[in-house]
Amino acid sequence: MLTSEQLIDEYFVENRNRVLEVAAFLDRLDRADESGQSVLDFRLRAFGEALSTLSAPALADPAGSRLNRIQELLSDPTTEPIPALDRKSARGAYDLWSAEARQ
Amino acid sequence: MNYIDHHAHMVSRTTDDYEKMALSGCVAVTEPAFWAGWDRSSADGFDDYFRQLTVAEPQRAAAYRMQHYSWLAMNPKEADNRELSKEVLKRIPKFIGCPTVLGIGEIGLNRITRNEVDTFREQVEMAIQYKQLILIHTPHLEDKKKGTRICIEVLRQYPELKPENVLIDHAEEHTLEMILEHGYWAGLTLYPMTKLSAVRAVDIVEVFGPGRICVAGACDWGPSDSLAVPRFIMEMKRRHHAEELIQRVVFDNPVQFLGQSANFKVAPRAREVSPAMA
Ligand SMILES: [Zn+2]
Repeated sequence: MLTSEQLIDEYFVENRNRVLEVAAFLDRLDRADESGQSVLDFRLRAFGEALSTLSAPALADPAGSRLNRIQELLSDPTTEPIPALDRKSARGAYDLWSAEARQ
Repeated sequence: MNYIDHHAHMVSRTTDDYEKMALSGCVAVTEPAFWAGWDRSSADGFDDYFRQLTVAEPQRAAAYRMQHYSWLAMNPKEADNRELSKEVLKRIPKFIGCPTVLGIGEIGLNRITRNEVDTFREQVEMAIQYKQLILIHTPHLEDKKKGTRICIEVLRQYPELKPENVLIDHAEEHTLEMILEHGYWAGLTLYPMTKLSAVRAVDIVEVFGPGRICVAGACDWGPSDSLAVPRFIMEMKRRHHAEELIQRVVFDNPVQFLGQSANFKVAPRAREVSPAMA
């Protein structure tokens, strides 16, 4: 295993680039989104929560790692199979907001 | 370094990929039956696909001195179609006797519909009846945790099924614990975009240890890398992990899991015996 200093030396530049890619994606959305509606998209809402998690402190419990918390908030929290096929592929986030609104 | 790729859809690949994999140390691939990227119109299409998996691909692999094994199944992407699934399941037993078939797979869930669960359950029962290993596809993205949990709930309804005969694939950080704690094998199938990366797979080995974990490269018709396992090996080296640990994950582990089928012929590594012990 690498020390923290070795990890920074080895992985900083590629992760610096990842942060810039995310920033560029959000700026691109702003430029395209004249009505300001994109923030209401469930995927973008989940994305925003994921970004807040990135800057939150890590928890001691491994289940509380930033990565696990983000996996959880991007996951479907329901427990039962759906009655019929709705689409062929997953969309990357669960629409918690419209599910709440339906209740 | 010799390695085995336990999840490689070689029907989607050109011969150049066989060559690259052989050059990079791949000694065997195992190919689960999966979706072609479009829905087949009849069960006859599956008959031809199963012949391709059991006859044509082993010959292509042999040209590069690689062994090719396969898994048979109605895949989760078409498993919601119950009528088609029942027809496909009727055609599987005649292929089970082929000398390179290791088991039933990849079965599992896609959007987690009731129909998909029924088709999954029937294929688990078929594997038990014919004493076959099982390779499970878990859903991607937001469906993964729910889908993995439901697959495990179904598996646990069959006490005669040994957990060590089952590999649950497409595992990620949030599903590893439930897979390993119930005694199943976990597959880390790596992709260049959108799914698990080699960097995170190495993190997983660091956090969970190397036990009952196998790594693969998918080699499917979508974005995927036939050299994903060598990239995992390179990432392990980048973190200064020992050759012995890397060999365990990319060779010993798949040999141990797949070797539970009498059809799997890759021999375990010879243990080095020091002169004093000889
Ligand atoms: Zn697959």
